[in-house]
Amino acid sequence: MSKSVDNLAKIKHSLTRRNRAEARFRWYGRIAIFIGLSAVAVLFVDIISKGHGAFQATYINLDVSYNQDVIGIDNLMDSTQLVAGDWQALSKTALRTKFPQVSGRSDKRELNNLLSSGAGFDLKDRLMANPLLLNETESIWILADDDIDTYYKSWLDGDAYAARLSEKQIGWIDELHQQGLIRLQLNTNLFTRGDSREPEQAGILGAVMGSILTLVLTLLLSFPIGVSAAIYLEEFAPKNKWTDFIEVNINNLAAVPSIIFGLLGLAIFINFFHVPRSVPIVGGLVLTLMTLPTIIITSRAAIKSVPPSIREAALGMGASKYQMVLHHVLPLALPGMLTGAIIGMAQALGETAPLLMIGMVAFIVDIPGSFTDPATVLPVQIFLWADSPERAFIEKTSAAIMVLLTFLIIMNTSAVWLRKRLERHW
Amino acid sequence: MQATNILILLLSLGAVAFYLGRSRSLAIALPLGGIRKLHSLPSYYGMHTALWCGLPSLVLLGLWLMFDQPVINSVVISSLAADITPTDTASYNLLLNKIDNVAQGILPRKGQSDSLIAAANHMVSLQQISQWSLTALSLALSTTGLFWAWRKIGSEFRARPAVEKVIQNLLLACACLAIFTTLGIVLSVLFESIQFFRSVPIYDFVFGLDWSPQTAIREDQVGSSGSFGAVPLFVGTLLVSAVAMFIAVPIGLMSAIYLAEYASKNVRSVAKPALEVLAGIPTVVYGFFAALTVAPFLRDLGASVGLSISSESALAAGGVMGIMIIPFISSLADDVITAVPQSMRDGSLAMGATRSETVRRVVIPAALPGIVGGIMLAVSRAIGETMIVVMAAGMAAKLTANPLESVTTVTVQIVTLLTGDQEFDSPKTLAAFALGLMLFIVTLLLNIFALHIVKKYREQYE
Repeated sequence: MSKSVDNLAKIKHSLTRRNRAEARFRWYGRIAIFIGLSAVAVLFVDIISKGHGAFQATYINLDVSYNQDVIGIDNLMDSTQLVAGDWQALSKTALRTKFPQVSGRSDKRELNNLLSSGAGFDLKDRLMANPLLLNETESIWILADDDIDTYYKSWLDGDAYAARLSEKQIGWIDELHQQGLIRLQLNTNLFTRGDSREPEQAGILGAVMGSILTLVLTLLLSFPIGVSAAIYLEEFAPKNKWTDFIEVNINNLAAVPSIIFGLLGLAIFINFFHVPRSVPIVGGLVLTLMTLPTIIITSRAAIKSVPPSIREAALGMGASKYQMVLHHVLPLALPGMLTGAIIGMAQALGETAPLLMIGMVAFIVDIPGSFTDPATVLPVQIFLWADSPERAFIEKTSAAIMVLLTFLIIMNTSAVWLRKRLERHW
Repeated sequence: MQATNILILLLSLGAVAFYLGRSRSLAIALPLGGIRKLHSLPSYYGMHTALWCGLPSLVLLGLWLMFDQPVINSVVISSLAADITPTDTASYNLLLNKIDNVAQGILPRKGQSDSLIAAANHMVSLQQISQWSLTALSLALSTTGLFWAWRKIGSEFRARPAVEKVIQNLLLACACLAIFTTLGIVLSVLFESIQFFRSVPIYDFVFGLDWSPQTAIREDQVGSSGSFGAVPLFVGTLLVSAVAMFIAVPIGLMSAIYLAEYASKNVRSVAKPALEVLAGIPTVVYGFFAALTVAPFLRDLGASVGLSISSESALAAGGVMGIMIIPFISSLADDVITAVPQSMRDGSLAMGATRSETVRRVVIPAALPGIVGGIMLAVSRAIGETMIVVMAAGMAAKLTANPLESVTTVTVQIVTLLTGDQEFDSPKTLAAFALGLMLFIVTLLLNIFALHIVKKYREQYE
């Protein structure tokens, strides 16, 4: 009798300990999920807080007189004159008239550094678009240099970063600010230009176009091939060693590091077949090989989910096996296949490493217009900018990341939406 | 004629062939009493004619485009005048490039030597011959195919099986592309690696302790012989991966357990996709995050407690890589944990065990093989991960096990050796392929083993 009471006491005693262990274990789980979710939050907050500024750029208002003697031209139609013209003199003279008291060579240079080094060419474009402005004067907002931009934005935020500016430059900016002649404006350059060595002039349009061209090629190649392979493996392949071998290959390729596909592209496409480097064709080919396993695997799952009764009904009505697949199974499996294709494309859009191997890291200013123009893609542009020493590129990089993530979010949500909307449950 | 023009021409010819074949079958069927007298539907006759018209020329076009430039190049080089005949491969490629540029008009003809201009002219004429003969041949081939298939059409001709046979072979070819890709990877990596091992013994590569891959520009340069001992790279890779797994395994596993065993349906439906967002973020973004946010933060944190942490530490790269891998482990573990039959849990709970005891003593042991397989897949992923380490880990090959120092990895070295200009005869470039071979072998073994375990385990409870 006393022994069982003893045991009961023991159990009761251990129960509190065990319940505490249970509560602890739950907390471990909660903490793990909290860490994971806070990683997501920190990542997004960090990128957005770094990058939101890049959607605005600093502009300075100046009175520009398009004096033909300053530029050194007399005929706007003469292309040799246009090339030889001293367009920088336009912006320099405008600054000089704004701050007439500045003298001395180094002071003048510092003054000129207020504006972007491409400001003269922007003025040229403006003059070419409006030839009547020649020898006229207008008040215009001109793009500021990236150091000025960084300083002005940080100064507005109350934490001025002045390491790359001189006392005088800061004084000038102060003066401009008091007169309301310096302001932040929507940064259209970011969306309308290609890469540049000058952060204030660099844009992502070139990289976005490169990404689009590469992805279009990838989709055109990998979707039909992937779907065909999936149809063969699910519907026609005999159960034999060869089929097993194909399956093992597909599963392994899905897990091969992406950089290996870059080595393949370099050795086979570029070195052996002499496809030109840095062009969307070779990028598209490499990404096709990389995304094929994903597309094949998801397409097979989609085909598998079509119930056998559909197949039997089609065959029973006298359809041939191909008619059964093409007319009945394929249309029913298509939503699932499209979802897989979108996920594969999202993967390809974010891929960087293999493209480094095949020369898509080149510095390319022009915006690519065809599959054979040298191009770079958005993630590679991010990599290149992240490597640049200029402080202003941090902001640009984060902005480019925000654009990339926006594309990815759109693609992934549309995949989820497509699945919910079109997928049938049998 | 341009290849794209030929392609468009062939496609339109195919459409014409489809129409011709279809209308001939209809014409044949009409006196016999309608299309039910035909073996196949009229569109199959059309398709058969179109396939015979288009496919052979498409194959020809593909092969021609692959091989015409190399053939032209070798013909041009073999007929060069003696004064500019190249002696080694480097000058061979340079010369070829120059001839090509002159031929295309990129380089001005003025100021080039006469023999070079002759070679360029030769190349231009050969290219024109090639283009015209391609056009003529493919047109001839497709009209012959069209005519032949058109002649074959009759009420007894079995067009549908013939078309289906062709389609089946096309499908099979698509499926075999996976094999060709693997083969291509193996061959490309292996071929260059063998060349590399001719100049650097394989033993020195796999067991050497010193990695400084430079090649001499001059013979008498100081430190002219680069050393290619890959052990520091292997150690660096393992160190970064170990840090990553140290973070990813506990967090991933615990989240999977919580989501599968404890979380309510609502929590699960929010937390699971939110965690999976981490898997969809491109690695270059993680690299940027590691290099510009995590690494400076760790360095300052270390400085405030008196630790010197390198600004390119293995800790920062590995830590961020671990965050990237969390959803990978948690979704794989979630799959295997939910696959454990409910009866096992019920049995344990009925014996008076608490839920955490059930999880630890019953569910996890039952799911262990699958979890181990998932972790191995994650390790293979960490080893092959490139962008995070390229951006956040260092370049200097150091033999150290201290995660606070800067290390370099196999993938970082592949990228640094192969970006920019390459010459395919220097060991420096070829070393990247040897590293690629190592990477491929290790990840392949891990993958095969892990997939085997996971598959075997899944079958157990199905």
